[in-house]
Amino acid sequence: MTLATDIPQSEGHAAGKAARANGTGAEQPPPKRRRSRQRRERLFQWLFLVPAVVYMTLFFGYPVVKNVVMSFQEYTTSTFFTGEAPWVGFTNYVTVLSSSLFSTSLVNTVLFTLGSIIGQFVIGLALAIFFQRKFPLNGILRSLLLLPWLLPLIVSSAVWRWILDKDSGALNRFLGDLGIIETGVPWLTSTSLALIAVVGVNIWIGIPFNLTILYGGLQEIPDELYEAGSLDGATGWKSFRHITWPMLRPVVSVVLVLGVVYTLKVLDIILGLTNGGPANSTQTIATQSYNLSFHEFKFGEGAALGNVLVIISLVFAVLYLRASRRAVDE
Amino acid sequence: MTTVLKTPTLRRIGPKTTGRKNWAYTALAVFFLAIMLFPVYWMVNASLQPNGTTLETSWFPVKPDFTGYATAINEQAGNLGTSLIISLGSVALSLAIAAPAAYALAYFKVRGAGVVLFAILISQMIPGIVVANALYTAYNDLGLLNSIPGLILADSAHGIPFAILIIRAFMNGMPAAVIEAARVDGAGHVRAFWSIVLPLSRNSLITAGLFTFLFAWSDFLFALTLTTTEAVRPVTLGIFQYIGAYVNDWSSVMATAVLASIPAIVLLVAAQKYIAAGTTGGAVK
Repeated sequence: MTLATDIPQSEGHAAGKAARANGTGAEQPPPKRRRSRQRRERLFQWLFLVPAVVYMTLFFGYPVVKNVVMSFQEYTTSTFFTGEAPWVGFTNYVTVLSSSLFSTSLVNTVLFTLGSIIGQFVIGLALAIFFQRKFPLNGILRSLLLLPWLLPLIVSSAVWRWILDKDSGALNRFLGDLGIIETGVPWLTSTSLALIAVVGVNIWIGIPFNLTILYGGLQEIPDELYEAGSLDGATGWKSFRHITWPMLRPVVSVVLVLGVVYTLKVLDIILGLTNGGPANSTQTIATQSYNLSFHEFKFGEGAALGNVLVIISLVFAVLYLRASRRAVDE
Repeated sequence: MTTVLKTPTLRRIGPKTTGRKNWAYTALAVFFLAIMLFPVYWMVNASLQPNGTTLETSWFPVKPDFTGYATAINEQAGNLGTSLIISLGSVALSLAIAAPAAYALAYFKVRGAGVVLFAILISQMIPGIVVANALYTAYNDLGLLNSIPGLILADSAHGIPFAILIIRAFMNGMPAAVIEAARVDGAGHVRAFWSIVLPLSRNSLITAGLFTFLFAWSDFLFALTLTTTEAVRPVTLGIFQYIGAYVNDWSSVMATAVLASIPAIVLLVAAQKYIAAGTTGGAVK
């Protein structure tokens, strides 16, 4: 609210001063009336924005601040009855970061994010390039590919759990029919395979997003560039390397940054597929933060871990954006 | 338009194989699509299998059996209704908040607009679990846990930032002269917005509305964390509870999954134009 009232006032002042400095133009209304009208106008304009500012403050600003506060408090199961959450300084951070689970979930988070992003991006880009060709039904087929992205994540998790089932899942039966495997592969119940399976499912979910955005980016590249390039002998891989890729760079940045930021905070898919198991082999920072808060009722530790996730996300975005800006400048 | 005009001429001049080659690409694309949509097929197929015979799901639903759907509707109809109410509520709230904001950002160029836009982008980086963590304590104090208004408010966090970006991008392209003309005719801000700007932005409002519906309908995190009893239970949570325990009746789980996928499938088929606008508009701009 302070924002909403402060800014129009200062604007009104500036405008008023400007009107006075202009001297006494005959058509100009008297400065005082003009100033108040302008101030009212500005206020009115801000009123359109106020609900959104209030909402964003309550549902994004407040949680971030509250989470920082909570991370310095000790929450127990009784906190919500007694309302007592004593200050404990950095204890929550120390507990969370020194726990053996932290290194596991950090490594899993990195592997999950890297694996998902690389898979989604490479397949998405390949499909986007493929769909650049003109062929019948192109548009309809491309839009049907969006379906995995539009389905509720928990629905996808349920379906994939059934497909990846060890004994009667479709994947094992298919591989068995081909004679590739003899016995059922425990995709989701083996500590060495579960993370790979979860990454695979997340790649499937992310392909449509990458495809769509990259396709849009490819469409923006003017045909003349390729025509000129082909005169200079740039075709196939050469034209991709020297025309497509440099022109696509900005869109690639957007896709990768959004992809990493979204993947770091993935929760639904992992909870639905493995619930972080078996033996924490798919536990990520996000799922671990959820467990601490909502299963162990250690909201302070959950908040601390959540903040670690926010920091990782921020650091990545800043580093990446700076690096890519430098690359563009060169 | 140029591409549409170009293709026939090319085809006429080029050798006959061009046409056949193009259809070969179509076949390849259908093949990719089949792989990508196999899980969706499998969901429908498994939902039509008879109960109990989980060991041998046949590859095709030769004899479709609807007991899975009977169980699903029996057990999840209430949850589907809850999801519907929450999603519609979230659409109404999101549009009511996002449309005026988008108008202010696109047309008034108010000071601080940059800050608001930056805040929207930053908000996308905040993990849902962080929001849920803090909202749980706040909702606990306010008595909003296990309530439909509580979930409508929280679920709109998925939709509002997106809706603002989509509608603003559209309104940026709207001729300012139209609005100014209305204002000169004596229409106030509210009337110009209501009777000129909103009708003109119809398409972007539909796109934003459809996506906010899907976001709220798909929400799992807030349903999981902001409900503690069975009183208010969206269908996503219903599915999670099915698969949380050992599953011996996959046909009803898959039937519920199919029912929960209906909005996405219907929107993709019936409102494809708007969905396409949403996928490109929001992310790149």
